[in-house]
Amino acid sequence: MSPELTRLLVQATLDTLQMVAVAAAIGTLVGLPLGVFLATSGRGELLAAPWANRVLGLVVNATRSTPFIILVVAIIPFTRLIAGTSIGTSAATVPLTVAAIPFIARLVEGAVREVDGGLVEAARAFGASPLQIVLKVLIPEALPGIVLGLTLAVVSLIGFSAMVGAVGGGGLGDLGIRYGYQRFMPEMMLAVVVVLIVLVQLVQTLGDRLARRMNKRLRHG
Amino acid sequence: MTAPVRVPVPADLSGRLDPRDALVRLEGVAKTYTARRGAGAVTALEDIDLSVPRGRVLGVIGRSGAGKSTLIRLVNGLERPSRGRVIVGEAEISSLSESALRRERRGIGMIFQHFNLLSARTAAGNVALPLEVAGTDKAAIRARVAELLDLVGLGPQADRYPAELSGGQKQRVGIARALATNPKVLLSDEATSALDPETTRSILDLLGRINRELGLTILLITHEMAVIRAIAHEVAVLDGGRIAESGDVFEVFTRPRAAITRTFLDEETGRTLPPALAARLTPGPVPAGQGDGKQAVLRITFRGPHATDPVLAQLTRDLDIPAGILSGTVDEIAGRPFGTLVVGIPPDAATVTRATEFLAARGLDVEWLGTLDLAGWQRTAAPGASDSSHVA
Repeated sequence: MSPELTRLLVQATLDTLQMVAVAAAIGTLVGLPLGVFLATSGRGELLAAPWANRVLGLVVNATRSTPFIILVVAIIPFTRLIAGTSIGTSAATVPLTVAAIPFIARLVEGAVREVDGGLVEAARAFGASPLQIVLKVLIPEALPGIVLGLTLAVVSLIGFSAMVGAVGGGGLGDLGIRYGYQRFMPEMMLAVVVVLIVLVQLVQTLGDRLARRMNKRLRHG
Repeated sequence: MTAPVRVPVPADLSGRLDPRDALVRLEGVAKTYTARRGAGAVTALEDIDLSVPRGRVLGVIGRSGAGKSTLIRLVNGLERPSRGRVIVGEAEISSLSESALRRERRGIGMIFQHFNLLSARTAAGNVALPLEVAGTDKAAIRARVAELLDLVGLGPQADRYPAELSGGQKQRVGIARALATNPKVLLSDEATSALDPETTRSILDLLGRINRELGLTILLITHEMAVIRAIAHEVAVLDGGRIAESGDVFEVFTRPRAAITRTFLDEETGRTLPPALAARLTPGPVPAGQGDGKQAVLRITFRGPHATDPVLAQLTRDLDIPAGILSGTVDEIAGRPFGTLVVGIPPDAATVTRATEFLAARGLDVEWLGTLDLAGWQRTAAPGASDSSHVA
């Protein structure tokens, strides 16, 4: 591969990393509390707010059921409002983030629901407030599950980020389409795929290791 | 005029000034669960009047579904009564707001059947949690946690995670956590039901010690007689959401009035006939002239000072009535000796009456269980023959 092409590959990898990192970060910032709320606001639950729970659940489901490529196109006006443009790496970050939030929220909700209800009862019994129960019991106990969920979300985001290439976003997907496919450069296509595989592998290994370290339910030695 | 001098009374001593003073009171409490979608409402508790005197251990015994769990959860407001009042100390738990209730709960510790420890926190971290929630400062938490872990004998395990502890050790952490905020009452929700007998004993010993040394009032629920016998001073027998019988443990266990209490007592060894003999017991007296190979079966209950009297020897010597022991036990309940003896004597009505009067005159409780027919048994029990009651 020529130095020029290598430079393109490196740039595209950095773009992908940037898109995924920003989407995952904002997605977690919003998705984590949203997921915790969804898990605790049902009827008769800790932060019972059945109506808010139902409405947010609907919004989350609607976003989750829209195919990503359609979501990208559908929210172009919103993307323009936020990023000032609808093409390029920073523009592509907007739909990625919008997709990441409900995805992460559902994963976090699942992890929080896995926490033994007896722990919540014990915490109530010694006088903890709902907020204290969320912060000191539910989130710490759900953390290994949350980390695994976030790992899954990041891996999916890497895949999604390749799709934004199709609508003018930057990154590895864009590079693969334009050079590997349209200009018929199989070595570029192969390089893009290899970089993606390595990225996903790294993220998954790191996530698994972190989750295992946090999980104190297993006996260590 | 001089200002009145206030003498601070230590918490554990003030309780002993009037031991009958109730710390926990349930007055006319009922709890009904309104089922959703057409299904009828479920009544979990009805007409519950119960009080736990300061510094005492009250055990509530009942089968699963009797309403024990609901009852104990009413005391710290995890459940609200449908009717009636729940009072702990000065506070009427049943009418407090959620935030006022949270403050009161710091004065009410609770331990659980499945321990309910946080897996992500060490033993010390779990004990520290109620203190963190109460806003205690870090240095004070550290000192208090170390003191509590020493109290329950877990000092060396402070940095272990629950997954690295045995069941008994987990419950000790649970107890330390429940005591962290210096509660005036401890609620125990089947705390030993998930433990083996030996560990159960050590946990009950610990609870008994805490009751005596710290003067802590304990309300426990259980389905096991052995738990009540081991540490309770008073007992309430719960059946179908109502209190069938309650009072001093020794009184209730040695003179049970409710049928449900008797069935709990019958699970104790020595109080009833072994199954093989029970199968050959028929209620009522023997028709005259058919007493061959039969015995009248009496259950004699020894209470307190009479528990070790040699009454069988007296029965034989003074009345010339031969008595054979079928089953028996001598133990103590709430620190007082208590024995049960099931004996067989000649089956004629006159002998039974004479023996019963003789024993009753010596302060013993006598029950006539019926007539035992041993004739068939002794034949079929010969080598090679199989006995139906042994098949199982």
